[in-house]
Amino acid sequence: MNRRDILRRTAAAGLLATPAAGLLAGCATGGGGDKDDSGTYKGTKSEQNPLGVKEDAPLEVVIFNGGFGEEYAKAHEAMYTEKYPKAKINHSATQEINKTLQPRFVDGTPPDVVNNSGAGQIDFNGLVSQNAIADLGELLAAPSLDIPGKTVKDTLLPGAVEVGSYDGKFLVLNYTYTAYGIWHSTKLFTERNWEYAKTWDDHIALCKQIKAAGIAPWTYAGKHPRYMSWPLIATAIKFGGPSVATAIDNLEPNAWKSDAMKAAADAWHQIVKDKYILDGSPGLDHVQSQTAWCQGKAAFISCGSWLESEQKKVTPEGFNMTIQPTPSLGAGDKLPFEAIRGTAGEPFMVPAKAKNLAGGLEYFRIMLSKKGAQDFTKKVSSLTVVAGSTEGVELPFGLSTVTKALDASGSNGFNWVYNNYYRKLERELVDAACGEFFSGRIGPAEFLEQCQKGADSIAQDSSIKKYKRAA
Amino acid sequence: MKHGKYPLIVTFLVPPLLLYGIFVISPYLQAFQISTTDWLGYSAEANPVGLANFERLLDDERVWNALKNNAWLLAVVPVVTIALGLFFASMLAMGGRKGRAGVTGVRGTSFYRMVYFFPQVLSVVIIALLWREVYHPNSGLLNGALGALGLPTPTWLGDPRTAFWCVLAVMIWSNVGFYVVLFGAAMSAIPRDIYEAVMLDGASRWTTLRKVTIPLLWDTVQVAWIYLAIAALDGFILIQQMTNGGPNFSSDVIGLRMYETAFGSENRFGYASAIGVVLFFLTLSVAVLALRAARRDRIEFS
Repeated sequence: MNRRDILRRTAAAGLLATPAAGLLAGCATGGGGDKDDSGTYKGTKSEQNPLGVKEDAPLEVVIFNGGFGEEYAKAHEAMYTEKYPKAKINHSATQEINKTLQPRFVDGTPPDVVNNSGAGQIDFNGLVSQNAIADLGELLAAPSLDIPGKTVKDTLLPGAVEVGSYDGKFLVLNYTYTAYGIWHSTKLFTERNWEYAKTWDDHIALCKQIKAAGIAPWTYAGKHPRYMSWPLIATAIKFGGPSVATAIDNLEPNAWKSDAMKAAADAWHQIVKDKYILDGSPGLDHVQSQTAWCQGKAAFISCGSWLESEQKKVTPEGFNMTIQPTPSLGAGDKLPFEAIRGTAGEPFMVPAKAKNLAGGLEYFRIMLSKKGAQDFTKKVSSLTVVAGSTEGVELPFGLSTVTKALDASGSNGFNWVYNNYYRKLERELVDAACGEFFSGRIGPAEFLEQCQKGADSIAQDSSIKKYKRAA
Repeated sequence: MKHGKYPLIVTFLVPPLLLYGIFVISPYLQAFQISTTDWLGYSAEANPVGLANFERLLDDERVWNALKNNAWLLAVVPVVTIALGLFFASMLAMGGRKGRAGVTGVRGTSFYRMVYFFPQVLSVVIIALLWREVYHPNSGLLNGALGALGLPTPTWLGDPRTAFWCVLAVMIWSNVGFYVVLFGAAMSAIPRDIYEAVMLDGASRWTTLRKVTIPLLWDTVQVAWIYLAIAALDGFILIQQMTNGGPNFSSDVIGLRMYETAFGSENRFGYASAIGVVLFFLTLSVAVLALRAARRDRIEFS
């Protein structure tokens, strides 16, 4: 056998081996099956122990090791063991939630608490339709750990329960509270004597001024253009009222082509038409565009309230980033200028087949205690869904503007959840449409048409479970 | 010696075959089975749906779009890579002339050989990150150079007209080095006297390459062809890291479509497995075709 034979045979082996990577999807479905309840841990319910935690049952917690790290979770776990000294906590952190946990879900032996977040997040639509997540209703009704006289539900900010609910059942605890808006540097604006515009016409005028000063008014994450769908949809909701969002979430026919969406798309087309976007933005990812913004190459960027911590390393001293709501289209807007999109994020869940289900719920109760929430805010500079948990905590500049914006918005705050219901619709379909629209390759009408087509393809797909929410 | 032969063969063959059977063959078979179900991946429940997934595939425009891009990769990547690989390898092995007797490479052969091999040492993800920065529209190496020359500076990965070709170029760049070494090794097995005879007859480098080197290297070229054809049907890592299929699906490939369907924006493992099964047969037929098409009589010289 000479060398060429070997080469030839290796090629043959390669032939067989390479598609193996292609068939990654073929993980094992075997094993598991329905195990009966006998293996779960149950304690006796009492006033002190409303969820019936078995005090010596081990608790397994899996944390997404992303922007927030895992230290905050270790602190929550320490609070759990303080309460139940006999319980052994098994902590792990990963960036690949889906790949790490999929076999365990299939096997029917999932962990007790999962922080299902990040790029490797498991699609909730799939989890919910497979009944893989435990109902958290009992947790909501339980008394708060350290806020006397209130149930856990009473201590949460408005909207926190709705976001995690599917068909009326509260399944997912979204722990952080995030505001989505338009960011600018206070330093830059004071230096140049600019003022954030409250109406769209003024915003365009300001953009003209900024461009004249040699700075690009806008930049965005061209590789994840969905970031720009947020201010656009927000503009439409403020113009047409919250029903605009409900229609989109409920996949109503032509929801994306409503008059409000048309008005918003026409308005936002202006910044594309007038070239108010930093050259090359379509080729930037979120980090690159946010960095260009921090370097003062652009004045505005659309992002959620995680922006400050994400940009910590590259933000210059005294940059003082500030969040603002989207400008109003005009006097006819149904919601005031102050209205901002606020929503609970960073999802946590207890799998339905968790062995220590009660322990998982109890762990959530600890997270949602005032002590647990304050500790989180201190450690990771992010707000939680627990009302008033920022009291006595010193916030960094950007986050303090977020709390101010949320306070000013108050009951006018709004949200949409189609991205939770149908991950693909936002991540792939609306994302692609935004990319075309904000790079100027298509106009507003075609943009809405493409979004609507995406929404319709989800609506017509009988294999995707549909959810509805009340207005 | 003779009676000890079989136990020896069995001891050496059984463990690898067993591992291959468990970790390669059985997942394959299972993927075929999963592709006929509606399995969503996070429970043990999966209902058989027959061939519904495959029917769906037929009018999934995203899948067709991805396949179209794979076809482009298949048409361009192997040809260009092999051509470049052959050219560089022959220059390194016998490009030098300088009027001296004997067959040598061009000056600086060992340096070039090292440089060409660099991309092979890097992991694909690093290559993708590196090139993402090279293609950076404002501060990238490429646009920096173009801008300095006063030429227009496109957005490369941000433009559907260029994104796919940018990735394709990187794919070729990262592959050529390996084939330079592969062809180089094969060339060193060709007896020197053939080349000396060719030189005495006054053949140019081009004639030498076409009439002598390539025919003698045909087996190796064939192997390269199959490898590259398989790689062209994949392309997943580079695409996922550099463009994630965008903008507007312009650089999507079938591997990415499968990944997105199973792990990305959805978790339809049944449907993703159906895509995988299709990919399996595609790869298999492309490889068989490549073998058939490239079949020639082998030249022996030993």
